Amino acid sequence: MELTAWTYSPAPESRQVVSLRPSYGLFVDGEFVAPRGGGFFPTVNPATEETLAEVALAGPEDVDRAVGAARRAYEGRWGRMRGTERAKYVYRLARLIQERARELAVLETLDNGKPIREARDIDVPLAAAHFFYYAGWADKLEYAGLGPSPRPLGVAGQVVPWNFPLLMAAWKLAPALAAGNTCVLKPAETTPLSALVLAEICQQAELPPGVVNVVTGPGSTGAAVVSHPGVDKVAFTGSTEVGKGIQRALAGTGKRLTLELGGKAANIVFDDAPLDQAVEGIVDGIFFNQGHVCCAGSRLLVQEAVAEAVLDRLKQRVETLRLGDPLDKNTDIGAINSAAQLAKIEELAASGEAEGAERWSPPCAVPERGYWFPPTIFTGVSQSHRIAREEIFGPVLSVLTFRTPAEAVAKANNTPYGLSAGVWTEKGSRAQWVARHLRAGVVWANTFNRFDPASPFGGYQESGFGREGGRHGLEAYLEAGDA
Amino acid sequence: MPERPGGGLPVRKTYKLFIGGTFPRSESGRSYPVTSEDGAFLANAAMASKKDLRDAVVSARRALGTWWGATAYNRGQVLYRVAEMLEGRRSQLGDEVAAAEGLGRRAALRLVDLAVDRWVWYAGWADKLAQVAGGVNPVAGPYANYSLPEPTGVVGVVAPRASSLLGLVSVVAPVIVSGNTAVVLASETRPLPAVTMGEVLGTSDLPGGVVNLLTGRTSELAPVLASHRDVDGLDLVGAEPDEAAGLEMAAAGNVKRVLRPGPVEPDWGRPPALRRMLAFVETKTVWHPVGI
Repeated sequence: MELTAWTYSPAPESRQVVSLRPSYGLFVDGEFVAPRGGGFFPTVNPATEETLAEVALAGPEDVDRAVGAARRAYEGRWGRMRGTERAKYVYRLARLIQERARELAVLETLDNGKPIREARDIDVPLAAAHFFYYAGWADKLEYAGLGPSPRPLGVAGQVVPWNFPLLMAAWKLAPALAAGNTCVLKPAETTPLSALVLAEICQQAELPPGVVNVVTGPGSTGAAVVSHPGVDKVAFTGSTEVGKGIQRALAGTGKRLTLELGGKAANIVFDDAPLDQAVEGIVDGIFFNQGHVCCAGSRLLVQEAVAEAVLDRLKQRVETLRLGDPLDKNTDIGAINSAAQLAKIEELAASGEAEGAERWSPPCAVPERGYWFPPTIFTGVSQSHRIAREEIFGPVLSVLTFRTPAEAVAKANNTPYGLSAGVWTEKGSRAQWVARHLRAGVVWANTFNRFDPASPFGGYQESGFGREGGRHGLEAYLEAGDA
Repeated sequence: MPERPGGGLPVRKTYKLFIGGTFPRSESGRSYPVTSEDGAFLANAAMASKKDLRDAVVSARRALGTWWGATAYNRGQVLYRVAEMLEGRRSQLGDEVAAAEGLGRRAALRLVDLAVDRWVWYAGWADKLAQVAGGVNPVAGPYANYSLPEPTGVVGVVAPRASSLLGLVSVVAPVIVSGNTAVVLASETRPLPAVTMGEVLGTSDLPGGVVNLLTGRTSELAPVLASHRDVDGLDLVGAEPDEAAGLEMAAAGNVKRVLRPGPVEPDWGRPPALRRMLAFVETKTVWHPVGI
């Protein structure tokens, strides 16, 4: 029997579980407060362009209040608290996220546009797991390999992106709190809501006021956080361009800095790879979260002998991906997060065509309202094309070929980035050899886009420095005992 | 220079650069006089140019594959060999450090001995750092997952200004032990022990280009080093306080890993720690499914 068409009935997740307030204040010193002067800005559902809520715009004065609250908390109760007690607070956060998991997943999908399947199965459980993992470190810091008596740094200013709003907040807050710091978190302009629910969760956990503060706003709010003299440590996840600006701004200040920046990961498929699994990995690598992933496998390097076979299977597979309502549990590809991001993806995709690469997308109905981009594959891509060099941050795959392992590694490493990479081969020694020679902070061999709180994540070169996750993630928030 | 017991004129040494395992003068033909603490002329040192620095970076980049590709055991043996060779130059360096730093010979020899011991300490780290700084990560799924430290790449070092030998060794050894290669700006006013250290490195089985030593004007060379796109890390320990911020800013151009200077030069006599090694390694994490 030949299968000609797959039909699905819609299976939308209910949004009743989320009760949005019309307006959200800033979370400062344990309370939601009105901004002083900055006003409010809307946050929209990118799948429908409807306004979900209004959110406070934090100006310099608001950031100053938040940093002040964090400083008082650090010098007060939180700073003096025993690790065992701190651990229990962080465990509480993990449990409360688990308890409100469905609500957070739906909220994340509404605000971000990502498929509910991913928000529900990846973003939220991993966020809870991150708090749970780091909670256990809070009273064991002397075993973190940083000397016998490591110390917290003080007030951490943390700026996170819109692609995994809650998860990135968890990656920042969990190790910082476990290590004994206090935090001023700046969520992304287009996805502030889950961080504000996390602020509610901090209230429910009875976290001492000022330990976590959330200031919402655009890039200027982030700049105010980063440059505030009362901030001892800056942690930033976002674009390489902004990251370089922060590194410049912090020069000479003595503030500690970790950066998790862009990527242009190679996903290398050898001719002996298990092709069906590799195709799944390629799809997961580039179309997960609409390609809004700094470690996305955006450059497919496939060995010449199997290039045709891989592309045929890949295109067949991509034809089955379902693009549409992010709240539908069948949906594989949700909405692009913002009109600005959509314009960037469209511009880069157009450059791919203009520079001579061949563009392919499956037949794919795109909803009328909202921001959408179909899964797209470019073949005939050369290393000099912009789509092979620049981070697209969208569902766009560039396919290149190679003949030898050395050529594959040379092409994979031919980038100023170095966040992640993938390799597919059944030969163990070759997988290890390639993993060793790839200049990337995370190498997925015969898998892709796997994350875990125990596993350090972060880049080489212009993908940034510092690690998040695992024992290594603590180093970003501690002063070594021997310094 | 010690007098000859039998009389006669001592043969003086020309102090040169150390680039790619060879000892050139500056391509610019420039040199500058180096004096002792009390102002007496000691020697002319080569005044490296920006082109010398760029050549040094090319050498360091070229050496990276060989040096990092060597086994950790092999790197450890080479660093230990450096200690052996340095021990043999003890007397000469005692004189040079005494002259450079204005110390008595006994105090200077103590610093040379500490420098020898420092190479021995770091030599032992070559095949231990990965176990201490890496590990197996217990992820929640059927995956083998491990992290290990890898060298950052080419590291620029502005060597300490005051401690001409022990300070130099204390910052260069932790950079190269993990497989990095280095371009080092020696103390501008006390460069002569560094040049002799280069001669030791040149006879220690260290592949050419792993360490490159330049003497000259720090204010001329450090900005080029800090902004060089093929340099991956920067140790600013010897930068002037008022210049460090500018260098750090220039380093952001390609997101260099920067080790900032403290308010004062560290006390190099204190026992070393992991910090300087960890500043110039990258943690790589590798995942692989487990299954049948």
